Amino acid sequence: MSETKIRQAVFDTIRQIAPEADPRKIGVNENLREALDIDSFDFLNLLISLHKRLGVEIPEADYGQLVTLSGLVRYLSSKLADRPGRNS
Amino acid sequence: MPSLGADMTEGTLVQWNVKPGDPIKRGDIIAVVGTEKADIEVEVYETGTIEKLIARPGDKMPVGTPLAMIRVEGEAAVVAAAPETAPPKPAGRVRASPMARKLAQELGVDLEKLQGTGPGGAIERDDVEQAAKQVAIAPPVEPAAGMRHAIALAMARSNREIPHYYLSTQIDMTKALHWLEQCNQQRSIEKRVLPAALLLKAVANGLVEVPELNGFWTDDQLKVSSDIHLGVAISLRRGGLMIPAILSAHEKSIEDLMAALRDVITRARAGRLRSSEITEGTITVTNLGDLGVETVYGVIYPPQLALVGFGKIVERPWADQGMLGVRPVLTATLAADHRATDTHRGAQFLQTLDSLLQEPEKL
Repeated sequence: MSETKIRQAVFDTIRQIAPEADPRKIGVNENLREALDIDSFDFLNLLISLHKRLGVEIPEADYGQLVTLSGLVRYLSSKLADRPGRNS
Repeated sequence: MPSLGADMTEGTLVQWNVKPGDPIKRGDIIAVVGTEKADIEVEVYETGTIEKLIARPGDKMPVGTPLAMIRVEGEAAVVAAAPETAPPKPAGRVRASPMARKLAQELGVDLEKLQGTGPGGAIERDDVEQAAKQVAIAPPVEPAAGMRHAIALAMARSNREIPHYYLSTQIDMTKALHWLEQCNQQRSIEKRVLPAALLLKAVANGLVEVPELNGFWTDDQLKVSSDIHLGVAISLRRGGLMIPAILSAHEKSIEDLMAALRDVITRARAGRLRSSEITEGTITVTNLGDLGVETVYGVIYPPQLALVGFGKIVERPWADQGMLGVRPVLTATLAADHRATDTHRGAQFLQTLDSLLQEPEKL
């Protein structure tokens, strides 16, 4: 899956969690939770939705890589690229 | 019209989920009622049949007014819906406490027009005060302002009536977070547990040890609740907050508490809370750690007895047995009603909370 499609999937998921937010206005290096004003429950819901949508496992130990939008997209791209039998 | 908040005086019927002749059982959601804060799903407390719908969608009705008639299973008598929160006013002479009569005279409130919330529908001091406030607030409030207004009434009443005392303690969260991390490694992401659920479990277990903080102060008396229904302060995305309760929290596992918390947060933000969740909280827990706050000085939600606050878990220098290290530290606070408990008992609760979090595997 291309990075553009992954970013779109992230944006769609953000819109479900924080309907009033415009993810296009979030700076790529901005703290995602602060920018969206979401708490730990909404953040977990965001990750659960992305897990269901993209089939990516996201262990707690990796949360540090998911602080910013760019970090989250980079992380998901890397996970999807590492997946065996991928078709891109 | 059930009372769905400490200072709710009226509500608007939004919709019926039932029609005359429908069978119902205890716990069924039969209607949706609009309050100043949000739309709330109204549960029924009887099993039987809907006899008659009295209110129509759009009707604004005072708390205590019957919305429907229910024929209770096995009984010939017909009772009004939601009588538990406010029984119908008895016929004949107005039943009111001497204090309520005196206050009504002073404030110019007509007792005949009031629906009492006391035993047997008796009018009490609170009922008169609420009626006086309604007279003062002439124009109807806008929905957005309604939330603020409802919070203002409850919090002003709290500060006016409840002599708060505050205690705080710092808790080393090393063992709790390590245990949680280990457990979460075995769980799927959908079953993952956040520290907030662990803290709720510790509060529930702590209240078993110090029950005087769990319940209500009404009629100048401490009324300890045998059930622990944890009210959880949830901020809404459009502003304001709701405090739905997780019922019987002391009987739930940490995993069940996490599931209940996710469920209630989702429904609170979607405007789909149930009446029992709004009315039955026996204590409130506020967690502001997500916003970076380290210490919470809460305002008790009346007529509850206490509020437990949690801040952000931060790394701090921590001395233990002569060794200095860096530990994740949580500041836990207790705001409690001094009429019901003394600081000694409050301190015992925080001490218990700390002890429980040092052995998370036993929670």
